[in-house]
Amino acid sequence: MSGLVAQRITFSQALVKTSRWWPVALIAMFVAAAIFAPLIAPYDPNAQNLVGRLKPPGTVSRTFHYWLGSDELGRDVLSRIIYGARISLTVAFASVILSGAVGVCLGMMAGYRRGWVEMVIMRVVDVFLSIPAILLAIITVAVLGPSLLNVILVLVLTRWPRYARVAYGQTLAVANMPYVRLSAFMGASATRVLLRHVLPNIIGAITVVATLEFGLMVLFEAGLSFLGLGVQPPTASWGAILSVGRNYLANAWWIATLPGACLFLLVLAINLIGDFVRDYLDPRIH
Amino acid sequence: MNAAEPVLAMRDVAIEIGGARVVDGVSITASAGRIVALVGESGCGKSLTALSILRLLPKAARFTGGTVELGGRVLSAMSEEQLAGVRGDEVAIIFQEPIASLNPLMRAGEQVEEALRLHRGLGSAEARREAIAMMTRVGISDAERRAEQYPFELSGGMCQRIMIAAALICRPKLLIADEPTTALDVTIQAQILDLMRDLRQSAGTAILVITHDMGVVADLADDVCIMYGGRIVESGPVDAIFEEPRHPYTKLLLATIPKLDGPRKVDLKTIAGVVPAAGTWPDGCRFRNRCPLADEACATVPPLVEVGPDHDTACWHSTRVAELA
Repeated sequence: MSGLVAQRITFSQALVKTSRWWPVALIAMFVAAAIFAPLIAPYDPNAQNLVGRLKPPGTVSRTFHYWLGSDELGRDVLSRIIYGARISLTVAFASVILSGAVGVCLGMMAGYRRGWVEMVIMRVVDVFLSIPAILLAIITVAVLGPSLLNVILVLVLTRWPRYARVAYGQTLAVANMPYVRLSAFMGASATRVLLRHVLPNIIGAITVVATLEFGLMVLFEAGLSFLGLGVQPPTASWGAILSVGRNYLANAWWIATLPGACLFLLVLAINLIGDFVRDYLDPRIH
Repeated sequence: MNAAEPVLAMRDVAIEIGGARVVDGVSITASAGRIVALVGESGCGKSLTALSILRLLPKAARFTGGTVELGGRVLSAMSEEQLAGVRGDEVAIIFQEPIASLNPLMRAGEQVEEALRLHRGLGSAEARREAIAMMTRVGISDAERRAEQYPFELSGGMCQRIMIAAALICRPKLLIADEPTTALDVTIQAQILDLMRDLRQSAGTAILVITHDMGVVADLADDVCIMYGGRIVESGPVDAIFEEPRHPYTKLLLATIPKLDGPRKVDLKTIAGVVPAAGTWPDGCRFRNRCPLADEACATVPPLVEVGPDHDTACWHSTRVAELA
């Protein structure tokens, strides 16, 4: 009997251990697919086959074997998802990291320095939050032209205030803690105080914001591309496949559903990793 | 107060907040190996006075006069960069909230090492060795293991020892202790006071203790400065202050301490009136609206005059203080 119980505990422990690692494995898989897309994808993502249009998953048409079906131009959905991961992951990682870095730096400065620094930074944040993201995107693209780099630029420009606000509020709370004041009293520079004492204590909240933003970034890239402001057709991105597939949802569900499922899994994995990282950074929990 | 060269010499320090002189002409000297207590009610300016030593005043407060010297060098004339080198190295501070004074995400050992890394640029192995030696010295048993623990795993008294170890790691000439025992229970409090006494003797550190606890003062201090309304009203050796106070405020303050051996069921003594808010003090002696000895003479600011060996008081009626019950 006791043997059974012991076995059950180890089984559930094993389950907990695996459940921590599968999001990492999943993201590793997506990243690998993006990097090695030309080796993995069965076909050229832009190769058309007008005879084999809107074929359901598993169809064999001419030389194509559509594992995940074909789209309205007879392109292989699987190949397009694999190639699309390149654009979607690049945009999501780059924009989250860049806007996070900008927002957190400015937010911490505003919360720690106070005075006119706080005044200027937080009013700029308000201004940026009040400009509709789409308007800013259209202006940027009108000036710089549509490209992957400009999509990232637009996302950084419109998303950094979210991080700045959270970092600012958290810094305000932490900056008055005696250990932060004491560190300054001990002769530590502002940079050192911020990096050693403030940042580690606010990174948990920032991680939560970043994981939420990550999924949004993939969707925003899709929205911008849909409006013709992002990557241009026929380049595949998950968002682009999704928005085209929506038109055919009634008779070809696989075009929109499958990249959507990938997006769902990616965002879920990122959120789970975010939780894990947040707990890991808190010595009281791990 | 002491013939030796003073470690800390503050002369006529004045601090203003919004036009009100919240610290007015405060002079304090502290010599190596002496413990000076700065005593007063909340809001009397004792913490501001201490913070002004390292120019760490809150933004609203302005240092408007006087000089601060540390071992003969004028701190109040130093640049910010020069001062940053003094902070935590030659002068260290400990606070009253031991647990909140430690970063919850840093191991105890790292926090003890912080000042060493800042001011001495030591490598991590060497810094850790010194940190563990200092932790052992302040009475932390099993220091190697404690150094690896986080503050939430340690008790309040242990955190206070960690904080003291962190403050002393660079062997400062002056330690400023802002209500170091307020948050601790009496047993730990006694241990921490023992520790400070021991440090004063073995390391020759001058200690400035800020407190409102007369028990701590009697137990720990060599010299006492009593503050009221931003001014020092009486200063002198601890025995003289307790046995023969020469300022009515000191006398009344001492009378408010409840005594265990006195008659029971007697109302606790209080000082009539309340501490006036900063800036609403009466002209002349700032204590005169609460003082039983006050008369017309008190409308003029009384100077700090010597009434005994190293014993000064700022009262026109210092000879009549003994009359007070």
